[in-house]
Amino acid sequence: MLIVACIKQVPDTTQVQIDPVTNTLVREGIPFIVNPYDTHALEEALRLKDRFGCGVVAISMGPPNAEATLKKALALGVDKAILLSDRVFGGADTLATSNVLAAAIGKLNAEMDEVGLVLCGKQTIDGDTAQVGPGIASRLNYQQLTLVDRIEMLDPVNKKIRVSRKLEGRHEIVEAPLPAMLTVVRELNRPRYPKVPMRLMAAEAQVEVWNNQVLKLDEQKIGLKGSPTWVSKIFSPERVQGEILGDGYADPQGTARLLIEKLLAKDMLPL
Amino acid sequence: MTDLKTKPKKPRGVAQLIAGACIACGARCQSVCPVNCVEMNDAGEPIIDASKCIGCQKCVKICPATALEMYFTPEEQKILAELSASAAPVEEEPDPEAVALAAKLALYRGVWVFIEQTEGEPAKVSWELLGVGRELADKLGVELSAMVIGENVEHLCRESFCHGATKAYLLDAPVYRHYRTDAYLEACCHLIEKHKPEVILMGATGMGRDLAGAVATKVATGLTADCTGLSIDTKRNLMQTRPAFGGNIMATIMCDKFRPQMATVRPNVMPMPERKEGAEGTIVRESFTVPEESVLAKVIDIIRDSHGKSQVDITGAEFIVSGGRGMMSPENFSILQELADELGGVVGASRSAVDAGWMPTDRQVGQTGKTVRPKIYIACGISGAIQHLVGMQDSDMVIAINRDRQAPIFEVATYGIVGDLFQVVPAITAHIRALKQQQKTP
Repeated sequence: MLIVACIKQVPDTTQVQIDPVTNTLVREGIPFIVNPYDTHALEEALRLKDRFGCGVVAISMGPPNAEATLKKALALGVDKAILLSDRVFGGADTLATSNVLAAAIGKLNAEMDEVGLVLCGKQTIDGDTAQVGPGIASRLNYQQLTLVDRIEMLDPVNKKIRVSRKLEGRHEIVEAPLPAMLTVVRELNRPRYPKVPMRLMAAEAQVEVWNNQVLKLDEQKIGLKGSPTWVSKIFSPERVQGEILGDGYADPQGTARLLIEKLLAKDMLPL
Repeated sequence: MTDLKTKPKKPRGVAQLIAGACIACGARCQSVCPVNCVEMNDAGEPIIDASKCIGCQKCVKICPATALEMYFTPEEQKILAELSASAAPVEEEPDPEAVALAAKLALYRGVWVFIEQTEGEPAKVSWELLGVGRELADKLGVELSAMVIGENVEHLCRESFCHGATKAYLLDAPVYRHYRTDAYLEACCHLIEKHKPEVILMGATGMGRDLAGAVATKVATGLTADCTGLSIDTKRNLMQTRPAFGGNIMATIMCDKFRPQMATVRPNVMPMPERKEGAEGTIVRESFTVPEESVLAKVIDIIRDSHGKSQVDITGAEFIVSGGRGMMSPENFSILQELADELGGVVGASRSAVDAGWMPTDRQVGQTGKTVRPKIYIACGISGAIQHLVGMQDSDMVIAINRDRQAPIFEVATYGIVGDLFQVVPAITAHIRALKQQQKTP
């Protein structure tokens, strides 16, 4: 059985800043990282490999420099790393992205080994959509189990899985047959660090690059052309500056009273 | 006789980048260029090979930041000026593609809201969505319908009417008792295929996102996640506004060539519509069911998170007193708890306070935490990273208490206090206590 971990290289959005003068993103020096949720997907794939001896393939779609992300996966111990990269894949929204990823997984299933599990992070930190995982599952007709925080049981022989899903105010225990696509949350596990010999080995290892000559997808259904959604406008969020009250350092008591008076005048206090 | 006098050819110009305007949106200009004359540099900005550009303007039109323009040489500008002075206005030919598209889109009418429920209990976000759905439906001049799927859930149709729907499509069968992607996916696709709505809204909850992503893929349409604003443009298209780049900027997303247009919205982002008791509407009962044996996933158990009193739902609170890195230690949160108790509210936290282990994850407000919309949000020792602002800026009133006057939290605060929170917060608590005491003694 093969396990596929989908990982994405993302800008560290906690480091993104807006230039107050031009209102544009300041991108210089922003590091690229592996999408944090995907590191948990990768970790779980490796744990299942340790336990059941399944093969693990990491795949990523992105520009050529996303190879760095897959090298990290190789250093952690995946058997194969594939970068889906082609300019015709560019400008893709979630619908077009899931098409390419699903095609690659289908190819692995046909040529390498039967895919039992596809693991994805619950969402990326740059797009935040949580749509690509479900997109992959729908296209491949795999069982879709999102927001998994525990794999309770995996039976590769009888092709069954039971997971716990973390939802609002509740957990659901769901059992499903394989193949299944799981999106995972942080609580699932604690990702490992690469060991030095593995890192050295990974530096030598090759990331396979698949372009659309390999996948042979209809160009109308990938990249920008295959994306129903598009960005028509980008703008800075509006902020209305309020009022600074008193001097909180010199006179905390008086400032607190001033605030209470304001709240009372607006009838905002539950009194 | 043909006119032998050759008119000067209208110059097409070449595309060029306006310095500093590119936001590195993801190489859309490169993707759209039919002659491959756009390369991207390491910063994600386009480099346009002017010698190859054919002036088709595709990249200029697609740029969301209007960072590209057409460049004309002075000679070309002269010709353009002459042409515009002499030539008769060019009549736009109706584009057959556009006509066909308009006909296709016209088949889809109506705004739908998916009513999320677990064991018959509705998710509040569904009613919030009916509120914004009402506005969209009025603007479009169409019906607002609820999509109700479950077992023994007819009461949710009537509840939908109280929140603004005038029609409810009801799929009520044992197979829909628990949410399972397969079953709900087929049910939704059946309803969409049969009734063709132009807009579908779902909550950006665990269930809503699970379903929306699957449905949009199956019906091959666009889906926009976590919208904070929804409106209609002049061409009946849904304008979907959402935070991008971790909330640093807002983006308006369109899906103008596909139907239905699908969006998810997080709980507490849209205001709750006023409940109209006894409002009526039409229930459309649909008999479509999925055979149980074809639904392969089984829900074994649903475990409600109830840890007694320790379980606090910050999303429903009217008053939230939140602490961040400035709280220094977990023990210090007790002064926030005291203020929250006086207000009848709850204590929330920023991501840094949660990451430090001072507060549990379910108290986290922000992009990766929860969106809240209380009457008053008091941010104590929170600098206001954009990810945090995204989660609380729709509060009716924001009060910020922070040492640093330059902290971004003051940019969203209705009232700001620059000072030491360890002095200011207890002072506020004491004043409220005193007020309450006064009220008790006649």
